[in-house]
Parts: sequence; C-alpha cells; structure tokens
Amino acid sequence: MSTPTPPRVRLPHTTEAAWVRRTLIGVALVFMFLFLLLPLAAVFTEALRKGWAVYWEALQEPDAWSAIRLTFLTAAVAVPLNLVFGVAAAWCIAKYEFRGKSFLTTLIDLPFSVSPVVAGLIYVLVFGAQGWLGPWLAEHDLKIVFAVPGIILATIFVTFPFIARELIPLMQAQGNDEEQAAQVLGASGWQTFWYVTLPNIKWGLIYGVILCNARAMGEFGAVSVVSGHIRGQTNTMPLHVEILYNEYQSVAAFAVASLLALLALVTLALKSWVEWRHERELQAAAELPPEPPRAPASSVAQSAV
Amino acid sequence: MGAASSLVLGGVGPSRPARRVLPGFNLTLGFTVFYLCLIVLVPLSALLFKTFTLTWPQFWEAVTAPRVLASYRLTFGASLIAALVNVVFGLLVAWVLVRYPFPGKKLIDALVDLPFALPTAVAGISLTALLAGNGWVGQYLEPHGIQLAFNPNGVVIALIFIGLPFVVRTVQPVLEDAEKELEEAAMCLGATRWQTFVRVIFPAIAPALLTGFAMAFARAIGEYGSVIFIAGNMPMVSEITPLIIISKLEQYDYAGATAVASVMLGLSFVLLLVINALQTWQRKRSGT
Repeated sequence: MSTPTPPRVRLPHTTEAAWVRRTLIGVALVFMFLFLLLPLAAVFTEALRKGWAVYWEALQEPDAWSAIRLTFLTAAVAVPLNLVFGVAAAWCIAKYEFRGKSFLTTLIDLPFSVSPVVAGLIYVLVFGAQGWLGPWLAEHDLKIVFAVPGIILATIFVTFPFIARELIPLMQAQGNDEEQAAQVLGASGWQTFWYVTLPNIKWGLIYGVILCNARAMGEFGAVSVVSGHIRGQTNTMPLHVEILYNEYQSVAAFAVASLLALLALVTLALKSWVEWRHERELQAAAELPPEPPRAPASSVAQSAV
Repeated sequence: MGAASSLVLGGVGPSRPARRVLPGFNLTLGFTVFYLCLIVLVPLSALLFKTFTLTWPQFWEAVTAPRVLASYRLTFGASLIAALVNVVFGLLVAWVLVRYPFPGKKLIDALVDLPFALPTAVAGISLTALLAGNGWVGQYLEPHGIQLAFNPNGVVIALIFIGLPFVVRTVQPVLEDAEKELEEAAMCLGATRWQTFVRVIFPAIAPALLTGFAMAFARAIGEYGSVIFIAGNMPMVSEITPLIIISKLEQYDYAGATAVASVMLGLSFVLLLVINALQTWQRKRSGT
C-alpha cells in the first residue's frame, strides 16, 4: 500500500554514527551466520561427507523413496483441503459482520499455538484403539492412526491456519466495493469470486500455499505421534531422517535432510519472488491516475457477464 | 451459530433486498465452522474428555511427578531464555534490515524466514552436528569445557533458532512504518540519538517486541522436532515436556500423556489470549 518515498537527506541525529552502524550490522550478520547460515551449510556438507556416490546411493534406497512419496502425498491432500478452507474462512470473516467473528478468528489460529505433540495425541485419542472411534474402526477393519490417514489428518491440523491467516487481513484491507460492483452489474456469486476476488487475492493465496506446503512436508512432532514408524509404509521424510540418524547412518540421514533443506530454500526463493511480484503490482496500481481504479472491477464484471 | 446466520449484513443494512448482499455467507460460514469442528475442536475436546475420566488425585500425580516437574522447569526456563535472546537479536536484525543499507541485504532478509521453512528435524540434526564434540563449532568449544549439545544449553540454542523469525517479522513492519518526523522532532528538541531511541523509538515498537516475544515463547514451549536431537534427553536434566508426553504414549500410559498434554494445552490457550490482547494493543497504538 505504501508508495515509495523519495530518498531523503538524513539529518545527523536521525541516524547513528558510522561506527555504530557498522558495529550493529556486523553483530547482526555474525548472529545470522552462526544461527542460520551455519546450520544450513552443515546439512549439505554432512550429506556429502563421503562423496556424491554415497549421497546418491542413500537417496536411491527404497525406504527413502517411499518416505518421499508419502511426504508428497500428504502435502497433496493437506494443502488443497486447507486452501479451500482458507478461502471459505477468509470470505465469511472478511466480507461480513457477525457476532462471534473475533472468537472464530481466534479458534482458527488455535492450531498454531498447540504443541505438535499434543496435535498428534488428540488424533490418537479419537481414532486410536482405546479412543472414541477405536472399537468401531476395528470392527470395520479401518486404520487411521499409525497409518497414512492419521499422518494426513495430523498434517492438516498443524497447517490448518496458514492460508486463512494470509487471506483474512488481505481481504479485509480490500473491502467489498469491487464485489458489490460486480453484483450490481449482474455477476453471480461464483463469477464475482472467480473474476473479481480471486485475481485480487492471487498473491496472498500463493504465499499461503507456499508456507502451508513447506510446513506440511516438514512437519515432525505431530506426524511422529500418529505415524507408528513403519519403515517403507508410514514414514515421511522427516521421520525417515530421524530413524536413520538414530541408527547412526549419519550420511544417509543428512542426505534425506538435504532434500528437505532444498525444499526450504525453494520455499524461501518462491516466497521472496511472490513478495516482489506483489509489491510491483501494488506500485503499478499506485502509479495509475487517481480516477481509473474503478475500471478493473467494472471491466471484469462486464467480461464475466 | 444460529444467531449469527440471521445477521447477514455484508456492509448493507439488513432490511435491504437480498440481492444487494454478497452471496455465500451461509455456505462459507457453514463450511468454516464444520471444518473447524472436524479437524480442530472435536479432536481437542477428546483431550478434555479423556482428562475428565481421571480422578483428581490421578491427574495431580501425573502432572506433578518429579520428572514431569523437571521437564516444566526446563521447557519454561529454556523457552524464556531463548525468547529473551530472540528479542535482543531479533530487534537488532530487524533494525539493521530496516534502517541500514548494506550489500546482500535482500538475501539476509529472505534468510530470516529459514527457521519457518526448514523442517524442525533437519534443524535439530544439523545443530547437533555443529555443536557435538567433533562438530565445526563444538571442536573449538569442547577443549575449553564448554558443552553446547546434549544438555540444556542445546535446548536453548535450538529454541533460539526456532523463535528468531517471530520477533524479526513482528518488529520489522512497525519499524518500517515508524514516523521519521518524530525522530526529527526529538533531534530538534536537542535529544541525543540514544535518548531518541529510548524515549521515542522504543516505546513505539515495544508492543510489537512484546508480541514477538510471546509468539517465540509460545512456539518454544511446544517445540519438539528440533530439540530432541540436541537435548540428550536425560530424565530430570534435559527432557522437555513434549517428550514426556511421547514417552508416556510409548508406554501406553494414555491417561498420563493426556494429563500432561492438557496442562500444555491450557498454557497454549493462555498464551494465545495474551498474544491476541497484545496484538489488539499494538493495533490501537499504531492506529492513534
């Protein structure tokens, strides 16, 4: 929303002396190097400690492959479900006023503050052998916890608020004007959503999906509780890392971990790219002459009819 | 929610014809509440119901066993220290990123989110590899008798890693929006830079700093993945509360695990409310 401010001549006392600045930058960079860059570098060097051949071999192991497949499957189910939820929740919270709205928002945030271990435990209590649905599930020969559905459920829980949280403030800031214009011009509800709202929230949506996906693929605590740790069947990549590490197969553990670290780097790159694109679009919109901002809504609504 | 659904407003008075109102309120609210109940509320209530099947002495014994108490001390203490360290360095990083130009700034800015993006298990084994006696960092510290892995120090370090982005990302936007005019006015009135920071800038960012602290603390309390590798997990010494829950579960002590989990859940609720209140306060402060 902010327009770029012209470079301003800083008055002497509104910034610090040069040596203070350099010291602060230096301390901050050393801290970042020690706490962020070094652990990241360690993942890759530990993975390649015995050379590329051993690294490739570790990644081609069938158990590693099945862990990779399960991780992707989990994210492929959890992220779209949370995406649909995120859009629905943002729509009803940002577009309408109703009693209990702030309470609902708080409840949506709840999974963020619940420990991942507790998140796993609650599904064991519902679906486990001694849980609410345990006897019924056993009767019908269904397995949820200590099997793949439990892993997916726990992942959905821990990534629950990600997309909704990105969209709610964004849609609140944008208001209802454009949607109402589309309605007045005769667009149906779905048309309004597809042609007016969705283009407006596109970047926020992508941003939320990226973060949600990173967490879904990397979740450890919650998944660890409900997984059952059966190699080749209910091991996601982070769990596979743990097993290998505890078996003192350090290189293999770090090899799988390096894939997750790559995923993290791709996530960060995509995230920065989305931020950059979004900012550029905002700037482009700000540079338009003051009157036309109405044009997009009406032209879109016309093309929709 | 019956009362809520009769209050379809959509920014237009309730007496207006329905076609002026944005459609989809019932659908989206219904789906939101349904999904929320299915994924979050019903499973969480299972925890409460299970806790209520315990008698009070059973519950009390489970949550105050010496080993559990030791784990609370470690989890709270380490989370508190880590969150405080994050406040200091998070403010510093945010300040440097907002105020000073330097080469590679964009890269550093992106890197701040690494703890959000890097799976916790990866962070855990990586920090352990660095700080263990034969690691890059550990090999220089061990001869001096400094041990950072496999004891409570390791827990603190893992939690610092996990919590850093919370403080940076809450303080950064507030610093960006801070009005330079106030600082200029302070200067004109004869304040030194340090006085300006303490009396003008700091009060403006204090709510954000406190919010970031609470978020980092809340996250640290529940953290599991990154800590268990580096902690050493010795009972009474370096065993965190989430690990207690896991080990009780592995011994099929569901009641005990549930009791400890309900304590943690209660704490999460309290922290969530505190964070919400802090954010409201922050919004009010920046609004006026």
